Amino acid sequence: MQLLLSILIDGVAYGMILFMIAVGLSVTMGLMRVVNLAHSVFAMAAGFTAHWLISRFGLSFEFSALIAILVAMAIAWPLDLLLFRRIYGMDDLEQVLLTIGLVFIAIATATVLFGTEVRAVKLPAYLTGSLDIGVRVLPFHRLVVIVAGIVIAFLLWCLVEKTRFGIHLRAAVDNEGTAASLGINTSRTYSYAFLLGAALAALGGILGAELLPIEANYPLRYLVLILLVVAVGGMGSIAGSLVAALLLGIIDTAGRYFVPELGTIMFYAATIVILAVKPNGLFGRKVS
Amino acid sequence: MDLSSLKSRLVVDLGLLAASIAMFFVLPDQLGFATRVITTVLFVLSLDLVLGYAGIPTLGHAAIFGIGAYAAGLYALHVSSEPLSGLLVAGIAGAVIAFLTGLLLLRVNKLTLVMISIAMAQIALEIANQASGLTGGADGLGGFELGPVLGLFAFDFYGYTAYGYALAVTWLLFLVMRRLMASPFGISCQGVREQPRRMEALGVSVYWRLVAIYTIAGSIAGVAGGLATQTTQFVSLEVLGFTVSAEALIMLIIGGTGRLYGAIIGTILFMSAHDIAAGIAPANWLFVIGALVIVVVLVTPRGLLSILPWGSR
Repeated sequence: MQLLLSILIDGVAYGMILFMIAVGLSVTMGLMRVVNLAHSVFAMAAGFTAHWLISRFGLSFEFSALIAILVAMAIAWPLDLLLFRRIYGMDDLEQVLLTIGLVFIAIATATVLFGTEVRAVKLPAYLTGSLDIGVRVLPFHRLVVIVAGIVIAFLLWCLVEKTRFGIHLRAAVDNEGTAASLGINTSRTYSYAFLLGAALAALGGILGAELLPIEANYPLRYLVLILLVVAVGGMGSIAGSLVAALLLGIIDTAGRYFVPELGTIMFYAATIVILAVKPNGLFGRKVS
Repeated sequence: MDLSSLKSRLVVDLGLLAASIAMFFVLPDQLGFATRVITTVLFVLSLDLVLGYAGIPTLGHAAIFGIGAYAAGLYALHVSSEPLSGLLVAGIAGAVIAFLTGLLLLRVNKLTLVMISIAMAQIALEIANQASGLTGGADGLGGFELGPVLGLFAFDFYGYTAYGYALAVTWLLFLVMRRLMASPFGISCQGVREQPRRMEALGVSVYWRLVAIYTIAGSIAGVAGGLATQTTQFVSLEVLGFTVSAEALIMLIIGGTGRLYGAIIGTILFMSAHDIAAGIAPANWLFVIGALVIVVVLVTPRGLLSILPWGSR
């Protein structure tokens, strides 16, 4: 029972991090059918920035995190403007290549700036403690990650279901051409979604630095993980990303506990089975 | 195909053949590198069948290459040191794994395909890593000797035999692939890439056509992996890595897809650039390749060969 609880807590915390990083990618891929393999670069950039601000200047965790998220958005904005807009119309292969090129440049830049070692994002004292709930002592950090994930999922739900931006976003995901002909500025909607996605990935990168350590090879190392969350959840679906991230997070954690000799095979096998049964993902619509 | 393009193709073929033989005499101390280029050319040619001709955007081709590499290594270690039968085993292993994975891979839409193909290669990597009793795990698989090719040419310290052997196998398979892709089967694969619905309407089973070309390309990728194993007499876990798939894709796109020659030119250019840059500043190599890829995609999306008048298909 205790074991199951700790697997659940760790798995859900891990899943929430995956959700934060992947959800923006899912929405932009669903919107524009752009394959962006460089999405986790935003998480890495924010993680490094936060590490640098905290360790070099002794700034507080919260303030550093805020600045780091803004830095990630500041990187995302010109990329969207200069590069991603040019590749909307290209075929998937060219998008794959171009964004792999971006990943390589990001890795090289990070190596030059920070070297190849893992850089920790130092948590404030109140986050490193633990909480005794009677049956078990829980690391406080995991709980904060879970709560943050729930809050973000709720806010995203409000944004998508209750605001004008959300209406535009849903319309554009459903049918971009029709949405545009009804006077919705789909290109601007996409840009906002892209920036929001980058900001969430940045937050996930900072909060998840304990689970997915920040290092120069980050964008390539966790690329597959993030892409699979998107694929399993179904492109363009926020709920799908959440369910897929939690499911895969729990499966991966349980696999590591019960059959450590299989390593990450459980995780990948689960995704293949899900995608074999539902090629468009759990919540995905048919993609032409 | 008209006479003039046939002629220019002959010139290119003879030029490449002459260059590959001249390599033997001009840069004898670079033969190890040249051999790696040739085995990679064969691998990228196989990717061209899948991606260039049939339009299957896979990012997991290293899985097949790596399984061929391990098959040849294990065969040499446990069964026989005879090289040609080892290549055959590697080819069969590649074909079988391509057929089995292709059954699933080719059913899904293209975006999902990209991701499942990555996941499959990761699973292969993880299995090879965990089954260290069989594969040597992270230490790699070595300690096997290879017998002479055809019973005549023993593998030597300088790599003469390895180079000639890799060259002969790659040339032979290149000619086979070229013949195959010019056949009605090869042309129907291009039809499937361009207009799957029309091909279906014409009575072609698109799915099985894709499985067929994927399996054929799988056997070639397996042979390429086996060739890499035999010429280096070692298999490391890296043969299954994501970088192998991604770099092969980059080489193919740099050269240009869907005409085989692009795979050859792209691989030679990429690996030479890599070799030179790695000697000067290894960290900056990723900058160079990243920028190169972006420029190629934005400026010449159909590959460098498309700039040349006879390079367009």
